[in-house]
Amino acid sequence: MKPPPFDYAAPDTVDEAVSLLKQHGDEAKLLAGGQSLVPLMALRLARPSVVVDLGRVAELRYVRHGDDVVRIGAMTTHRDIELDAALQDRSPMIREAMSVLGHVAIRNRGTVGGSCAHSDPAAEWPALALALDAEFEASGPGGRRTIAATDFFQSYFTTALEPEEVLTEIRFPLPERGAGSAFEEFSRRHGDFGIVGSAAVVHRSGGVISDARVALVGVGGTPVRSEAAAMMIGSDGGDDVLDAIGVALQDEIDPTGDIHGSSEFRRHCAALIMKRAMRLAVDRAEDGGR
Amino acid sequence: MSSVEISFRINGREVRESVDPRMTLADFLRDRLRLTGTHLGCEHGVCGACTILMDGRSVRSCLLFAVQAHDHQLETVEGLAPVGGELAPLQAAFAEEHGLQCGFCTPGFLMTITELLREKPDPTDDEIRERLSGNVCRCTGYQNIVAAVRKASGRLPRDPG
Repeated sequence: MKPPPFDYAAPDTVDEAVSLLKQHGDEAKLLAGGQSLVPLMALRLARPSVVVDLGRVAELRYVRHGDDVVRIGAMTTHRDIELDAALQDRSPMIREAMSVLGHVAIRNRGTVGGSCAHSDPAAEWPALALALDAEFEASGPGGRRTIAATDFFQSYFTTALEPEEVLTEIRFPLPERGAGSAFEEFSRRHGDFGIVGSAAVVHRSGGVISDARVALVGVGGTPVRSEAAAMMIGSDGGDDVLDAIGVALQDEIDPTGDIHGSSEFRRHCAALIMKRAMRLAVDRAEDGGR
Repeated sequence: MSSVEISFRINGREVRESVDPRMTLADFLRDRLRLTGTHLGCEHGVCGACTILMDGRSVRSCLLFAVQAHDHQLETVEGLAPVGGELAPLQAAFAEEHGLQCGFCTPGFLMTITELLREKPDPTDDEIRERLSGNVCRCTGYQNIVAAVRKASGRLPRDPG
């Protein structure tokens, strides 16, 4: 057996999970889908003495559609979200991100809440949340609180969640009609972690871009919101402005190089991938799609 | 550290055991239940050799603790065909199309494709390749595996409607 020994608890409700966290403090770790935590434990990079499995907490599994928002329970799997027909229609960006998030067997277990709480800088969900200005709801011993995406992701594998809190829901505002969105990613092989990725949301009214938001994967310790993307506002979203944004982005980011790609390579790829995602989002906005 | 009582259904039979929480489901299947058809390659969720079905969905059994299987329904490669009986249509297609050589990765491929063909009895080549992309095979070059899936999909009982 590869992981170090631990005690196991499988609560049925969020309240029970919070009490367990309160009881065990730093010693405890929440287990969602386990697609990151289990390998980390097998490598003994994570050594919790108590594992609190959220797998039986049925109240955390749902996709609920509202008028301009979709609310997703933290324990909803990537696969359930991918197969949600209404969401496929409402958010091409989320649909595209799910198609490159690991493989089906990973998506069958991995969860949106687990991915956000783990906050791997190469993960797709944190960038989707940041591009859409999502809100995170957490329950702790003191009650519930809401955390904005801009505050939630703090550093490599570090979020605003307290050790005694359970992430319960993520609310994604979905662009109104006339807006377009897209997700693009570059990876060495299909289904691998992306080297860089880009989530783009563009609003268009009267032939002019009225808002443009982009969050990038793989160029820092958290998803990074590009300020250069705002250069598109007020333009027609054509190739000239896209090229200018690509140039500006390369000065804006300072990705760390590693075995998968140097800093220069990532910077170059980020500009290409971001331009591709913005191009698609602009085209979709022209289609009157979402 | 205290062990945990678990029970689940696997290949149609009921299992009730006491298990150390840190034991992975893959180790539990192989070492405790002696269901050694499920193979362990990378043991960190990359190679797909340990893929089984849980409630009909493909999962990596190396990325689950056995305790997480409590109250669920599991299927492994041993459940595809009766002991001593004929091969299932998918297994037969693998043999005929040379979809395996050393056979190490085969159980994971068979379970991955079983999920696909239940969802989609007549997948396109793109859909087959997309679904196979989470399983690694070092012998075949994949072409014959794709051919085997195509052949098996043609043999599935069709909905008379």
